Amino acid sequence: MRLTCPYCGSRGNDEFVYLGSADPVRPSHHDAPAEQWTAYVYERTNPAGAHRELWHHSFGCRSWLIVTRDTRTHEVLKTEPARDAAHTSSEVAVP
Amino acid sequence: MQYSLAALLRNALSGNTHWSPAWRDPQPKPSYDTIIIGGGGHGLATAYFLAKEHGITDVAVLEKAYIGSGNVGRNTTIIRSNYLLPGNTPFYEWSLKLWEGLEQDINFNAMVSQRGVLNLFHSDGQRDAFARRGNAMRLNGVDAELLGPNEVRRLHPLLDLDNPRFPVKGGLLQRRGGTVRHDAVAWGYARAADRRGVDIIQNCEVTGLRIESGRIIGVETTRGTIHAKRIGLAVAGNSSRLAAMAGMRLPIESHVLQAFVSEGVKPLIDQVVTFGAAHFYISQSDKGGLVFGGDIDGYNSYAQRGSLPIVEDVMSCALALFPSLGRLRYLRQWGGIMDMSMDGSPIIDRTPIEGLYLNAGWCYGGFKATPASGWCFAHTIATGQPHAFNAAYRLDRFASGHVIDEGGKGAVPNLH
Ligand SMILES: Cc1cc2nc3c(=O)[nH]c(=O)nc-3n(C[C@H](O)[C@H](O)[C@H](O)COP(=O)(O)OP(=O)(O)OC[C@H]3O[C@@H](n4cnc5c(N)ncnc54)[C@H](O)[C@@H]3O)c2cc1C
Ligand SMILES: [Zn+2]
Repeated sequence: MRLTCPYCGSRGNDEFVYLGSADPVRPSHHDAPAEQWTAYVYERTNPAGAHRELWHHSFGCRSWLIVTRDTRTHEVLKTEPARDAAHTSSEVAVP
Repeated sequence: MQYSLAALLRNALSGNTHWSPAWRDPQPKPSYDTIIIGGGGHGLATAYFLAKEHGITDVAVLEKAYIGSGNVGRNTTIIRSNYLLPGNTPFYEWSLKLWEGLEQDINFNAMVSQRGVLNLFHSDGQRDAFARRGNAMRLNGVDAELLGPNEVRRLHPLLDLDNPRFPVKGGLLQRRGGTVRHDAVAWGYARAADRRGVDIIQNCEVTGLRIESGRIIGVETTRGTIHAKRIGLAVAGNSSRLAAMAGMRLPIESHVLQAFVSEGVKPLIDQVVTFGAAHFYISQSDKGGLVFGGDIDGYNSYAQRGSLPIVEDVMSCALALFPSLGRLRYLRQWGGIMDMSMDGSPIIDRTPIEGLYLNAGWCYGGFKATPASGWCFAHTIATGQPHAFNAAYRLDRFASGHVIDEGGKGAVPNLH
């Protein structure tokens, strides 16, 4: 599998480090109930199909990316810098 | 008698075309007492023990493809019970005891081979950790021996003990561990369950779960609706998909693990040997092929095939331990989809939906668990309560903080 970094171009996936789903949103530190934290820390949708996920280009430009990939075929549907996604949506967790 | 010397001769003369199938191929009935979804090792063992231990024979096992097409036919066949934590040790030791009696129990040759599992260590700190693990095992009545480098050298002369980067300082040996022929486990349990009246229904994919006022009442399948008052999920890498049909999100990610087999050679490696410095394990099959594997590919996957960086990684681990294997060719390689739980430990429990039971989260170690998993899941389904052996494998442990951190890495998610 290869990923296309928006900054560095097409690279082998061994240049990247995987974190997991980009969907969980960190609950509020002040008043979120424990169930929200359990869901955020442990529960995953784990779809067979399109999956938005965080990859770090560790052996390249060291940017965080959000890759949308089909988990059945490894076809990459979209790659965007995580910071862009964070700016356009308040619903995205950036580590 | 179905199998005898006379039958062997008769069938040999007729080109082996007249053997009768080892289990029936029934049409699904409109309803059953209990349905098990997933015809892997765990689902088949569960059906067998429901019939044998609890007298529940109105059972169907629904399998979307064929028996043995999932991880039960894709694993590297290692069995062991070298666990440290109280929630784990009794369960895995019970599993090993069931393996020891398996062939007599189901009257099927599964080639259970207690050749020993040797976990190598490479530093003083690791020796301490392994000594502690071995002591915990012995306190629980499980066999364990701590070996020094010379004893390891005698057992495995091909090992590169003096590797400058990862010298072998010794190993923790469980002699009762070993390997079992994985396909035979699927076939043996299938036949034994069938003979007790269980319907094994292949090519029957579950596409929906029918739930009415918080109770399970049946399943939608590619072969129609089937009703049941109790349903057990044992679908390994597909657990999240089935749970989603009941509106549940599990603490699980699906990942691919690869395995490799070399060309056949004369006996080289008598035991199962694992590398302590990286994730790698190897054994030799009775046909002579070396069977080995390592890490998961590391990103969510439902594709039953792996990627090349792991191939390179596994091969370099093999050569670091056994440099002489560099002359061998590898013949085959494949992948299986595993249900990686967030603390690396399994779940055998009820669910918030009445009558729906969950068996999942086996990571890359569920083959050795097959008999005990089936035994405990059958108990949980039949009585509505977990057995003491699976009491720690609760679904709500992630919410309550009782995660089972066998690897000793701390209570963080993504422990796998
Ligand atoms: C490469 C590899 C090496 C491994 N090595 C070891 C090892 O050495 N030791 C060890 O202990 N463990 C090992 N494991 C792990 C072990 O194989 C699994 O944990 C275990 O087999 C999982 O349980 P199972 O046998 O029931 O799974 P499976 O055989 O995967 O059974 C699940 C079944 O559910 C079916 N299913 C899925 N969805 C549906 C649906 N919607 N409807 C109907 N049926 C469905 C699937 O087709 C499948 O047959 C390894 C795994 C892999 C992939
Ligand atoms: Zn980059």
